[in-house]
Amino acid sequence: MDLIADHISHRFGALEVLDRVSFTVASGEVVAVVGPSGCGKSTLLSILGGLLRPSEGKSELRGAPPAGSLNPLTFVFQDFALLPWCTVEANVEFPLAHTALDVATRRTVVDDALRRTGLSDFRGAYPKQLSGGMRQRVGIARALAVRPAILLMDEPLSALDSQTRELLMEDFIRLLADGAMGAVYVTHNLEEAVRLADRIVVLSRRPGRVREIVEIPLTRAERGEIDARGKLLALQNDLWSLIREEAIDAEREVQHA
Amino acid sequence: MLDRAPQDDPATETRPVAFRGGGFMPATGRASGWIALMLVIALWQFAGSAGWVNPLFLPPPSAIAVAIYKLAMSGALWQHVSASAVRIGSGWVLGTIAGVIVGFGIGLSTLARGVGITFISALFPIPKIALLPLLILWLGIGEEPKIATIALGVFFSTAISVYSGVDAVPRNLIRMAQSFNVPFHAIVRRVIWPGALPSILAGFRITASVALLLVVSAEMIGAQFGIGAFVLQAGNLMQTDQLLAGVVVLSLFGLAVGKAINVLEAKLLHWR
Repeated sequence: MDLIADHISHRFGALEVLDRVSFTVASGEVVAVVGPSGCGKSTLLSILGGLLRPSEGKSELRGAPPAGSLNPLTFVFQDFALLPWCTVEANVEFPLAHTALDVATRRTVVDDALRRTGLSDFRGAYPKQLSGGMRQRVGIARALAVRPAILLMDEPLSALDSQTRELLMEDFIRLLADGAMGAVYVTHNLEEAVRLADRIVVLSRRPGRVREIVEIPLTRAERGEIDARGKLLALQNDLWSLIREEAIDAEREVQHA
Repeated sequence: MLDRAPQDDPATETRPVAFRGGGFMPATGRASGWIALMLVIALWQFAGSAGWVNPLFLPPPSAIAVAIYKLAMSGALWQHVSASAVRIGSGWVLGTIAGVIVGFGIGLSTLARGVGITFISALFPIPKIALLPLLILWLGIGEEPKIATIALGVFFSTAISVYSGVDAVPRNLIRMAQSFNVPFHAIVRRVIWPGALPSILAGFRITASVALLLVVSAEMIGAQFGIGAFVLQAGNLMQTDQLLAGVVVLSLFGLAVGKAINVLEAKLLHWR
């Protein structure tokens, strides 16, 4: 199943945030969206996932969702968005409670999602008892439970410390390795983008326009090799030189706002 | 050669860094509170026994305890307490049910918010006891106007605490539920209701004291039985020990309700 951003523009009142953004996420593909602060990355993701109505343009799906998918477009949130009054298990089960799945199947699906994210021993814990990394794992387990076609990830690692970020990045690479799931990965972290994405959509400063779409010429498996580190760093530097001037302008704009 | 500098050399002398991080963290110690309370009661008792204060104006604690005991033994205490409890219970339940429904309406619907907040802003400041004579005209002189007065007082505070609680539910949780296509009724039941519960329970604490205030006021205006009526009668007859016995019972009633809400919070909000 493909996800298509078709000339998406958006305004908040008089503030123009996005301007005719178009790109396609093919089945199983990981597309990162990067750009200076305030360029509308998160707004774009909300529009792609149907949580925000665009001022113009549209978000479209092409093709059938994979068999058994309960929610083809599934978000993983920056702030985890866990229900604090529910245990880990109940949080993961939350999106399943209103589906046609029977109780036994639901339990199997939850068990599987908890196992895949290493949370089986924490099923009875409440979010406040977990570290930031574990909370985000619950968010990922909840997303996996509905068998998405495309994960919509809004800076999923930005609230975490660097060591936890590294561990979760390894989890993401592993979960997306078989190409069964695609992803739109919004981030301001260029290193995350080059490690995870097949293509990187670079947005200009506000109003966000597609400035360039950069292909990563390495498979994700190749990127783990030592020889690839130099290439990835060079790619990261190229991306940074693309957005640096605009990032400085955006920063000044934020300071004067 | 010396391996340490002379003690009086300010360039090499070591001194501890002064601690500056104290205070601003008051601990909750119960013992000091109980001791202070006991001391005040003892002083009060001593002042009464020594004849420093006229027992007609301020009877000693022992006289109040005796008055409570006699009231309990005669059955009058139960008669008055049960009359007040029925009024508070009925008025509080009615006001709370209406307040929760209207509060959720205001919290969830644009139309209800526009209409509801206008009416609540206009009517909330009215002292509800001022409506008792009107309610007596409408509903007669029985229990109904007293219960209605309490219900009105409870309703407004409940509605405000409920819609404030609904407003305070993090929007990201609602967006999360919507992103999983969770139906509206399930979002209300599984996200908004538990998210608003801390504010709703805080509202219960306020409405319990509003109900207590209104029942006493209403009973002082027109009732034969009830703690308010009893306190007023005792005052008219200069039976200050009985009057203060009624006040102590009211205080204990308020404390019991507060404890019940604490238990409810501990049970329902353990996740915080």
